[in-house]
Amino acid sequence: MSTLINLIISGLATGSIYALVAIGFTLLWQTSQTINFAQGEFVMLPAFFMLAAMNAGFPFWAAILIGMALSMLILGVAFKRMLVDPMLKHGVLPLAIATMALSLAMKESVKQFYSAEAQPFPSLIPSIDLHVLGAVVSTQSLGVLAVGIGAVVALQFLLTRTSVGHQMQATAQNPTTARILGIPVERMIMYSFLINAGLVAIASVLVTPLYLAKFTSGETLGLAAFIAAIVGGFNQVRGAIVGGLLLGVVDNLAATYISTQYRAAVPLMLLIAVILFRPQGLLGSAEERTV
Amino acid sequence: MNLDRIILLVSLFVATAVLIVLPFQLGRYGLYILSMWAVMAIGAIGLNLTLGYAGQVSLAQGAFVGIGAYSAAILTTNHWPMSVAVLVAIALCFAVGWILGYPALRVQHHYLAFVTLAFSTLAYLVFRNEEWLTKGIYGISDVPRPVLLGFKMQSPLRFYFLCLASLGIVTLLVGWLIRSPWGRAFVALRENPIRALSLGIDTRRYTLMAFAIGSALGGVCGALYAPLVEFIDPTPFTLGLSLNLLMMVIVGGAGFFAGPFLGAAISVLLPEWLRFTEGYYLLIYAVFVMGLLIYSPTGLLGILDKYLTARSTKKASAARASATATFGAQS
Repeated sequence: MSTLINLIISGLATGSIYALVAIGFTLLWQTSQTINFAQGEFVMLPAFFMLAAMNAGFPFWAAILIGMALSMLILGVAFKRMLVDPMLKHGVLPLAIATMALSLAMKESVKQFYSAEAQPFPSLIPSIDLHVLGAVVSTQSLGVLAVGIGAVVALQFLLTRTSVGHQMQATAQNPTTARILGIPVERMIMYSFLINAGLVAIASVLVTPLYLAKFTSGETLGLAAFIAAIVGGFNQVRGAIVGGLLLGVVDNLAATYISTQYRAAVPLMLLIAVILFRPQGLLGSAEERTV
Repeated sequence: MNLDRIILLVSLFVATAVLIVLPFQLGRYGLYILSMWAVMAIGAIGLNLTLGYAGQVSLAQGAFVGIGAYSAAILTTNHWPMSVAVLVAIALCFAVGWILGYPALRVQHHYLAFVTLAFSTLAYLVFRNEEWLTKGIYGISDVPRPVLLGFKMQSPLRFYFLCLASLGIVTLLVGWLIRSPWGRAFVALRENPIRALSLGIDTRRYTLMAFAIGSALGGVCGALYAPLVEFIDPTPFTLGLSLNLLMMVIVGGAGFFAGPFLGAAISVLLPEWLRFTEGYYLLIYAVFVMGLLIYSPTGLLGILDKYLTARSTKKASAARASATATFGAQS
């Protein structure tokens, strides 16, 4: 029982990181039909911005801010202007392939210009074991969970309670009508890219202390976020949250109770089952299918 | 138009001549790379059939190359002849590809891409974990090269010609397939499935067929890959290979017959040629792919196609203009 609680809490913690990355993924899809195959690398890169800033002599908190800013600039603005905008009119597939090439370029850049070795990364939250109801819970898990939930709540507030959020939702649902109503659609799309860049930077700060910073570390994370987004519902921010948390817990339980060799298979089975029997995702609403 | 056809035939002839003569000038490594190109081109041709002609997005071609490679490696190390191994690889990939086609009957486009992506990763897990069959991470070493009609294909040069001949056979078969009613049904499936259905094309069967045949060619690619590399372990068959094959097809030009040849050449040969840049070659390759796709989302042959179409419309409108001019003068 105590292991179960332990597994669920640490699963929720990783799940909240998956959720952050998955939300960014669905935001890009909704506002600009971009399937970002480089999303995992988008999480890997900010950690290296922060490491570089720390090497330049900045304290940890300043490095985090610099990393955030650089990530907004490069993964937000530059990504949209240089890759997405020119390719958007040509349909989903060429852009998806271009993001695959981008992920390769990002991995190779880090390997060439920084290091191929795994780098330790300082943790925002000190790791102390707490004893709750006989279970051992690390403060790191709780902290990650708290920051993750905080970010998600803030985003939900932005999207559902503010005028900018409503404009963004309108843009996502129907860009043409939104434009007629006088919403600056282009700026709203840019906001969604900036939000994605911010979310991956937060995820980077949370996840890197657990798994070290390495140029390949985006691969598994990207796949996990991908699965979380689809399982929850590709066209729903709410779905991505549920998908992320569910995936984190399922992954942890599968590793303990099923088999360590096939732990990665369980989320994939879940993905296939969801696509075949409920393509709109667990929480998603049915999307019009193009024929 | 006639001139274009002559140019096409001449370039085809030159390419074939180069592929036959060049190897005699190359060393061991050069031959290995050129054989790799021929092998990967077969896999990309298969994917081009599924994606380029029938319009079904698949991120699982790498998994079929893996299935083909493991079938060949397991059978030939157990002293079965290569021909049996190739047939088993084809049959196995055809069957699995057929089954994988079923999701395509339910979901399309990006959802289909996700299902095939999941399949690809699952296949990798099986290669890695089923040690009794695949020897897991230790891999299968000393995969023998075949003996064909009494000739040993051990030397790199002979094996290269075996790969090239296989590529030739596949090219002819696929070329025939595309011109046949089946090929036209595939294109109809891509362009407008509902119209194809209303014209009496069994879209269900052709969707499954497109997957099965494309996957079977992935199996052929794998069955040649195993004796080429002579050592098989799970690492080459991650999702990366599927993405790489997809990139080959798109970069060359999806839906163009020559696309996969060009795409495979860029993916296999360009990095080798860029080796003088030391560690930077993959980076340059990735940036090149992005730049190309921004400039021409239909790939390299898309550029040529655009140029040729522009020229022929210009010519046609010039012909029309001169025709109306003479007509006007006469009246």
